Amino acid sequence: MTDLDATDLAILRLLAQDATRSAADIGRAVGIGQPAAWRRIRRLTDQGVITGRRVVVDAAALGFGVTVFLGIKLAAKGRISLEDFERAVTAIPEVQVVQHVLGQFDYRLRITARDISDFERILRRRIMTLPGVGQVEANVMLSEERRPGPLGA
Amino acid sequence: MMKFMPDSTDRRILRQLLADPSASNAQLAERAGVTSASLWRRLERLREEGVLSGVQARIDWRALGWEVEVSLRFTLDKTDPRAFDDFLAALREVPEVTEIQSFLGSVDWRATVIARDMAHWQQVYRDRILTLPHISELDALMLVSTIKVSEELPL
Repeated sequence: MTDLDATDLAILRLLAQDATRSAADIGRAVGIGQPAAWRRIRRLTDQGVITGRRVVVDAAALGFGVTVFLGIKLAAKGRISLEDFERAVTAIPEVQVVQHVLGQFDYRLRITARDISDFERILRRRIMTLPGVGQVEANVMLSEERRPGPLGA
Repeated sequence: MMKFMPDSTDRRILRQLLADPSASNAQLAERAGVTSASLWRRLERLREEGVLSGVQARIDWRALGWEVEVSLRFTLDKTDPRAFDDFLAALREVPEVTEIQSFLGSVDWRATVIARDMAHWQQVYRDRILTLPHISELDALMLVSTIKVSEELPL
Protein backbone atom coordinates (compact mmCIF):
# COMPACT_ATOMS: atom_id res chain seq x y z
CA MET A 1 0.00 0.00 0.00
CA THR A 2 1.01 3.57 -0.48
CA ASP A 3 1.50 6.29 2.09
CA LEU A 4 -0.60 9.32 1.32
CA ASP A 5 -0.70 12.60 3.20
CA ALA A 6 -3.67 14.87 3.86
CA THR A 7 -3.04 16.83 0.64
CA ASP A 8 -3.16 13.64 -1.45
CA LEU A 9 -6.45 12.66 0.16
CA ALA A 10 -7.87 16.15 -0.47
CA ILE A 11 -6.85 15.86 -4.14
CA LEU A 12 -8.49 12.43 -4.40
CA ARG A 13 -11.69 13.78 -2.86
CA LEU A 14 -11.84 16.57 -5.45
CA LEU A 15 -11.01 14.36 -8.44
CA ALA A 16 -13.53 11.72 -7.32
CA GLN A 17 -16.17 14.44 -7.75
CA ASP A 18 -14.81 16.00 -10.94
CA ALA A 19 -11.87 14.48 -12.78
CA THR A 20 -11.86 17.19 -15.46
CA ARG A 21 -10.52 19.93 -13.17
CA SER A 22 -7.07 21.22 -14.17
CA ALA A 23 -3.98 20.73 -12.00
CA ALA A 24 -3.90 24.52 -11.48
CA ASP A 25 -7.49 24.50 -10.25
CA ILE A 26 -6.91 21.50 -7.96
CA GLY A 27 -3.70 23.11 -6.65
CA ARG A 28 -5.56 26.32 -5.76
CA ALA A 29 -8.26 24.33 -3.96
CA VAL A 30 -5.76 22.46 -1.76
CA GLY A 31 -3.30 25.33 -1.34
CA ILE A 32 -0.35 24.20 -3.48
CA GLY A 33 1.05 25.34 -6.84
CA GLN A 34 0.12 23.91 -10.23
CA PRO A 35 3.41 21.97 -10.72
CA ALA A 36 3.14 20.34 -7.27
CA ALA A 37 -0.51 19.42 -7.88
CA TRP A 38 0.37 17.99 -11.30
CA ARG A 39 3.19 15.90 -9.78
CA ARG A 40 0.89 14.53 -7.06
CA ILE A 41 -1.89 13.63 -9.52
CA ARG A 42 0.73 12.00 -11.73
CA ARG A 43 2.07 9.97 -8.78
CA LEU A 44 -1.43 8.88 -7.66
CA THR A 45 -2.07 7.69 -11.23
CA ASP A 46 1.30 5.91 -11.53
CA GLN A 47 0.73 4.16 -8.18
CA GLY A 48 -2.62 2.89 -9.45
CA VAL A 49 -4.68 4.78 -6.86
CA ILE A 50 -6.46 6.63 -9.66
CA THR A 51 -7.28 3.89 -12.16
CA GLY A 52 -9.19 5.89 -14.72
CA ARG A 53 -12.38 7.82 -15.12
CA ARG A 54 -16.05 7.13 -14.68
CA VAL A 55 -18.51 8.98 -16.90
CA VAL A 56 -21.78 9.64 -15.08
CA VAL A 57 -24.74 9.71 -17.44
CA ASP A 58 -28.49 9.62 -16.95
CA ALA A 59 -29.02 6.18 -18.49
CA ALA A 60 -32.81 6.63 -18.48
CA ALA A 61 -32.52 9.78 -20.63
CA LEU A 62 -30.57 7.69 -23.14
CA GLY A 63 -33.26 5.03 -23.28
CA PHE A 64 -31.86 2.64 -20.67
CA GLY A 65 -34.50 2.91 -18.00
CA VAL A 66 -33.83 -0.34 -16.16
CA THR A 67 -30.83 -1.47 -14.13
CA VAL A 68 -30.89 -4.97 -12.65
CA PHE A 69 -28.45 -6.58 -10.23
CA LEU A 70 -28.11 -10.33 -10.62
CA GLY A 71 -26.73 -12.94 -8.28
CA ILE A 72 -25.62 -16.05 -10.15
CA LYS A 73 -24.77 -19.43 -8.72
CA LEU A 74 -22.90 -21.81 -10.99
CA ALA A 75 -24.64 -25.15 -11.43
CA ALA A 76 -21.88 -27.71 -11.35
CA LYS A 77 -18.73 -26.41 -9.75
CA GLY A 78 -15.56 -28.11 -10.82
CA ARG A 79 -17.11 -29.35 -14.06
CA ILE A 80 -17.28 -26.01 -15.75
CA SER A 81 -14.48 -23.58 -16.24
CA LEU A 82 -14.72 -20.18 -14.53
CA GLU A 83 -12.74 -18.74 -17.45
CA ASP A 84 -15.39 -19.88 -19.94
CA PHE A 85 -18.17 -18.36 -17.87
CA GLU A 86 -16.27 -15.10 -17.34
CA ARG A 87 -15.30 -14.76 -21.00
CA ALA A 88 -18.91 -15.29 -22.12
CA VAL A 89 -20.49 -13.01 -19.52
CA THR A 90 -18.10 -10.07 -20.06
CA ALA A 91 -18.82 -10.19 -23.80
CA ILE A 92 -22.50 -9.31 -23.25
CA PRO A 93 -22.77 -5.56 -23.98
CA GLU A 94 -25.60 -4.99 -21.48
CA VAL A 95 -23.49 -6.42 -18.64
CA GLN A 96 -21.70 -3.48 -16.98
CA VAL A 97 -20.21 -5.15 -13.92
CA VAL A 98 -19.03 -8.70 -13.28
CA GLN A 99 -17.62 -9.62 -9.89
CA HIS A 100 -16.52 -13.01 -8.61
CA VAL A 101 -17.76 -13.25 -5.01
CA LEU A 102 -17.91 -15.63 -2.06
CA GLY A 103 -21.22 -16.23 -0.34
CA GLN A 104 -24.71 -17.17 -1.39
CA PHE A 105 -23.76 -16.54 -5.05
CA ASP A 106 -20.63 -17.05 -7.13
CA TYR A 107 -20.96 -13.94 -9.31
CA ARG A 108 -22.72 -10.62 -9.09
CA LEU A 109 -23.69 -8.72 -12.24
CA ARG A 110 -25.00 -5.29 -13.07
CA ILE A 111 -27.14 -5.17 -16.20
CA THR A 112 -28.56 -2.22 -18.10
CA ALA A 113 -31.69 -2.64 -20.22
CA ARG A 114 -34.13 -0.43 -22.13
CA ASP A 115 -37.13 -1.71 -20.16
CA ILE A 116 -38.36 -4.81 -18.35
CA SER A 117 -39.15 -6.73 -21.55
CA ASP A 118 -35.67 -5.91 -22.87
CA PHE A 119 -34.28 -7.23 -19.59
CA GLU A 120 -36.32 -10.40 -19.97
CA ARG A 121 -34.83 -10.90 -23.44
CA ILE A 122 -31.27 -10.44 -22.06
CA LEU A 123 -32.00 -12.79 -19.17
CA ARG A 124 -33.46 -15.55 -21.36
CA ARG A 125 -31.22 -15.32 -24.40
CA ARG A 126 -27.89 -14.19 -22.93
CA ILE A 127 -27.74 -14.99 -19.20
CA MET A 128 -29.62 -18.29 -18.88
CA THR A 129 -27.59 -19.66 -21.81
CA LEU A 130 -24.21 -18.93 -20.19
CA PRO A 131 -22.02 -22.00 -19.61
CA GLY A 132 -22.56 -23.43 -16.13
CA VAL A 133 -25.22 -20.97 -14.98
CA GLY A 134 -27.42 -22.26 -12.17
CA GLN A 135 -29.61 -20.35 -9.75
CA VAL A 136 -30.19 -16.69 -10.69
CA GLU A 137 -31.64 -13.96 -8.48
CA ALA A 138 -32.64 -10.60 -9.96
CA ASN A 139 -33.29 -7.31 -8.16
CA VAL A 140 -34.44 -4.24 -10.08
CA MET A 141 -32.64 -1.07 -8.99
CA LEU A 142 -34.79 1.87 -7.88
CA SER A 143 -32.16 4.41 -6.85
CA GLU A 144 -28.43 4.73 -6.46
CA GLU A 145 -25.86 6.95 -4.81
CA ARG A 146 -22.08 6.94 -4.71
CA ARG A 147 -20.45 7.83 -1.42
CA PRO A 148 -17.00 9.43 -1.05
CA GLY A 149 -15.83 6.51 1.09
CA PRO A 150 -13.12 6.75 3.76
CA LEU A 151 -11.09 9.60 2.23
CA GLY A 152 -11.31 11.63 5.42
CA ALA A 153 -13.24 14.88 5.52
CA MET B 1 -41.36 22.75 -22.20
CA MET B 2 -40.25 20.03 -24.60
CA LYS B 3 -38.18 17.31 -23.01
CA PHE B 4 -34.64 17.27 -24.41
CA MET B 5 -33.94 14.19 -26.51
CA PRO B 6 -30.32 13.43 -27.39
CA ASP B 7 -30.05 12.88 -31.16
CA SER B 8 -27.94 10.30 -32.97
CA THR B 9 -24.88 12.60 -33.00
CA ASP B 10 -25.16 13.14 -29.22
CA ARG B 11 -25.37 9.38 -28.78
CA ARG B 12 -22.32 8.85 -30.96
CA ILE B 13 -20.35 11.35 -28.83
CA LEU B 14 -21.51 9.76 -25.58
CA ARG B 15 -20.70 6.28 -26.86
CA GLN B 16 -17.13 7.43 -27.56
CA LEU B 17 -16.85 9.19 -24.21
CA LEU B 18 -18.17 6.16 -22.29
CA ALA B 19 -15.82 3.85 -24.19
CA ASP B 20 -12.78 6.02 -23.39
CA PRO B 21 -13.45 8.56 -20.62
CA SER B 22 -9.84 9.76 -20.65
CA ALA B 23 -9.89 10.76 -24.35
CA SER B 24 -9.21 14.42 -25.14
CA ASN B 25 -11.91 16.53 -26.75
CA ALA B 26 -9.94 16.52 -30.00
CA GLN B 27 -9.85 12.70 -29.99
CA LEU B 28 -13.56 12.50 -29.15
CA ALA B 29 -14.46 14.92 -31.96
CA GLU B 30 -12.48 12.89 -34.47
CA ARG B 31 -13.93 9.54 -33.36
CA ALA B 32 -17.49 10.88 -33.35
CA GLY B 33 -16.99 12.59 -36.70
CA VAL B 34 -17.84 16.13 -35.56
CA THR B 35 -15.89 19.39 -35.35
CA SER B 36 -14.35 20.47 -32.03
CA ALA B 37 -16.76 23.39 -31.82
CA SER B 38 -19.76 21.13 -32.35
CA LEU B 39 -18.44 18.61 -29.81
CA TRP B 40 -17.98 21.32 -27.19
CA ARG B 41 -21.47 22.74 -27.82
CA ARG B 42 -23.11 19.33 -27.64
CA LEU B 43 -21.29 18.26 -24.45
CA GLU B 44 -22.29 21.59 -22.88
CA ARG B 45 -25.92 20.99 -23.83
CA LEU B 46 -25.84 17.40 -22.50
CA ARG B 47 -24.47 18.75 -19.21
CA GLU B 48 -27.09 21.48 -18.99
CA GLU B 49 -29.86 18.96 -19.61
CA GLY B 50 -28.46 16.61 -16.97
CA VAL B 51 -27.84 13.74 -19.39
CA LEU B 52 -24.11 13.98 -18.65
CA SER B 53 -23.65 14.79 -15.00
CA GLY B 54 -19.92 14.45 -14.63
CA VAL B 55 -16.62 12.70 -15.15
CA GLN B 56 -15.13 11.37 -11.92
CA ALA B 57 -11.80 9.79 -11.04
CA ARG B 58 -12.10 6.08 -10.32
CA ILE B 59 -10.25 5.17 -7.13
CA ASP B 60 -8.73 1.75 -6.53
CA TRP B 61 -9.27 1.22 -2.82
CA ARG B 62 -7.01 -1.83 -2.81
CA ALA B 63 -4.10 0.37 -3.95
CA LEU B 64 -4.89 2.56 -0.93
CA GLY B 65 -4.62 -0.41 1.43
CA TRP B 66 -8.34 -1.24 1.66
CA GLU B 67 -8.02 -4.95 0.91
CA VAL B 68 -11.54 -6.14 1.71
CA GLU B 69 -14.69 -5.31 -0.28
CA VAL B 70 -18.08 -6.70 0.61
CA SER B 71 -21.46 -6.39 -1.08
CA LEU B 72 -24.04 -6.29 1.72
CA ARG B 73 -27.69 -6.97 0.93
CA PHE B 74 -30.35 -5.85 3.37
CA THR B 75 -34.02 -6.66 3.77
CA LEU B 76 -35.78 -4.29 6.15
CA ASP B 77 -38.55 -4.76 8.64
CA LYS B 78 -41.15 -2.57 6.94
CA THR B 79 -43.68 -2.54 9.77
CA ASP B 80 -42.25 0.85 10.76
CA PRO B 81 -43.12 3.45 8.10
CA ARG B 82 -39.88 5.32 8.80
CA ALA B 83 -37.74 2.21 8.23
CA PHE B 84 -36.43 3.25 4.78
CA ASP B 85 -35.52 6.81 5.75
CA ASP B 86 -33.98 5.84 9.10
CA PHE B 87 -31.96 3.06 7.53
CA LEU B 88 -30.62 5.21 4.67
CA ALA B 89 -29.68 8.07 6.99
CA ALA B 90 -27.76 5.68 9.26
CA LEU B 91 -26.06 3.91 6.34
CA ARG B 92 -24.82 7.25 4.95
CA GLU B 93 -23.03 7.85 8.26
CA VAL B 94 -20.79 4.80 7.76
CA PRO B 95 -17.57 6.12 6.16
CA GLU B 96 -16.57 2.69 4.80
CA VAL B 97 -19.64 2.64 2.51
CA THR B 98 -18.79 3.57 -1.11
CA GLU B 99 -22.06 2.75 -2.93
CA ILE B 100 -25.72 2.44 -1.99
CA GLN B 101 -28.59 1.13 -4.14
CA SER B 102 -32.24 0.50 -3.37
CA PHE B 103 -34.22 -2.27 -5.07
CA LEU B 104 -37.58 -3.64 -5.96
CA GLY B 105 -37.48 -7.34 -5.12
CA SER B 106 -36.44 -9.61 -2.30
CA VAL B 107 -33.57 -7.28 -1.39
CA ASP B 108 -34.38 -3.70 -0.28
CA TRP B 109 -30.90 -2.16 -0.14
CA ARG B 110 -27.40 -3.03 -1.21
CA ALA B 111 -24.20 -1.34 -0.08
CA THR B 112 -20.56 -1.74 -1.01
CA VAL B 113 -18.47 -1.64 2.16
CA ILE B 114 -14.67 -1.66 2.29
CA ALA B 115 -12.25 -2.48 5.09
CA ARG B 116 -8.47 -2.52 5.53
CA ASP B 117 -8.30 -6.25 6.36
CA MET B 118 -10.43 -9.04 7.80
CA ALA B 119 -9.93 -7.89 11.39
CA HIS B 120 -11.05 -4.39 10.44
CA TRP B 121 -13.98 -5.86 8.48
CA GLN B 122 -15.15 -7.74 11.58
CA GLN B 123 -15.01 -4.52 13.54
CA VAL B 124 -16.94 -2.49 10.90
CA TYR B 125 -19.48 -5.30 10.57
CA ARG B 126 -20.12 -5.58 14.31
CA ASP B 127 -19.96 -1.91 15.24
CA ARG B 128 -21.36 -0.12 12.19
CA ILE B 129 -23.45 -2.59 10.16
CA LEU B 130 -25.22 -4.85 12.65
CA THR B 131 -26.22 -1.73 14.59
CA LEU B 132 -28.12 -0.22 11.61
CA PRO B 133 -31.85 0.23 12.33
CA HIS B 134 -34.75 -1.91 11.01
CA ILE B 135 -32.71 -4.77 9.50
CA SER B 136 -34.69 -7.97 9.18
CA GLU B 137 -32.30 -9.92 6.93
CA LEU B 138 -28.72 -9.37 5.91
CA ASP B 139 -26.33 -11.28 3.72
CA ALA B 140 -22.81 -10.63 2.56
CA LEU B 141 -20.97 -11.38 -0.67
CA MET B 142 -17.22 -11.02 -0.28
CA LEU B 143 -15.40 -9.77 -3.36
CA VAL B 144 -12.83 -12.16 -4.81
CA SER B 145 -12.11 -10.25 -8.01
CA THR B 146 -13.66 -7.72 -10.34
CA ILE B 147 -13.80 -9.14 -13.87
CA LYS B 148 -15.48 -6.23 -15.61
CA VAL B 149 -16.55 -2.71 -14.69
CA SER B 150 -17.83 -0.26 -17.24
CA GLU B 151 -20.41 2.48 -17.52
CA GLU B 152 -20.85 1.75 -21.21
CA LEU B 153 -24.37 1.53 -22.59
CA PRO B 154 -25.18 -0.42 -25.78
CA LEU B 155 -26.19 2.88 -27.48
